[in-house]
Amino acid sequence: MPIPILKQRDVLIVSIQSAPTDPDLLQLKDDLADRVGRHRSRGVVIDVSALDVMDSFAARTLRMISRTTKLRGAETVIVGIQPEVAFSMTQLGLTLQDVSTALDLEEGLELLATVMKKDPQGGG
Amino acid sequence: MDNEIRIAIEREGDIVTARQKGRELAAETGFSGSDLTVIATAISEIARNIVTYAGRGEVILCTVRQGGKHGIQIVAADSGPGIADIELAMRDGYSTGKSLGLGLPGAKRLMDEFEITSTVGRGTTVTMRKWTR
Repeated sequence: MPIPILKQRDVLIVSIQSAPTDPDLLQLKDDLADRVGRHRSRGVVIDVSALDVMDSFAARTLRMISRTTKLRGAETVIVGIQPEVAFSMTQLGLTLQDVSTALDLEEGLELLATVMKKDPQGGG
Repeated sequence: MDNEIRIAIEREGDIVTARQKGRELAAETGFSGSDLTVIATAISEIARNIVTYAGRGEVILCTVRQGGKHGIQIVAADSGPGIADIELAMRDGYSTGKSLGLGLPGAKRLMDEFEITSTVGRGTTVTMRKWTR
């Protein structure tokens, strides 16, 4: 099932539901790259608070999404990583170190607003 | 060993099924909170290895008892190409492609016990256990 993407002004908002399959995540990567261009979006927030597990595949795909959208001129913030998911990711060895994260949707949007103000031309 | 659950792993969607069944069994066994996520994450990694490298295989979940302690055992078995150098495959960041190379060493860190046997041309079996605290 494709993961829905909502548009709010110049930001795209994605809420990943509990257990997306690998193809769902790969589809999201392609859809976001396309939608960022179509809507001239400057930021993307991906809410993963309903995700049961963040394994190496999901982390790698989120990193790819972040890099791809950056090359298309939009900043990505991952929000809502649950405490037990963060704990498991750390033990697994996943860091998401080059990806922006925030506690929840509200803080993610705030972070994007700051980044977009600092860099009004987009890109980076 | 009881409550044996066998999940055929043939496509990506089966990875989600395996980790959900694992989480359920772990909850029944007495695990809670972050341990449930830890166990589900480890299952996700080894089930994905089956899909990526062997194409098909099986995940077998059961509860185990040893002395006064009880826990969960997860076996991931396939008849795929096997791993020529297990020591290398267990190294962080080593991958023959398609992944971050964290699957096997990462799953080992998540669980209490971890064994891997593999024969080239015959397949690979990973056995992992975690005990309730």
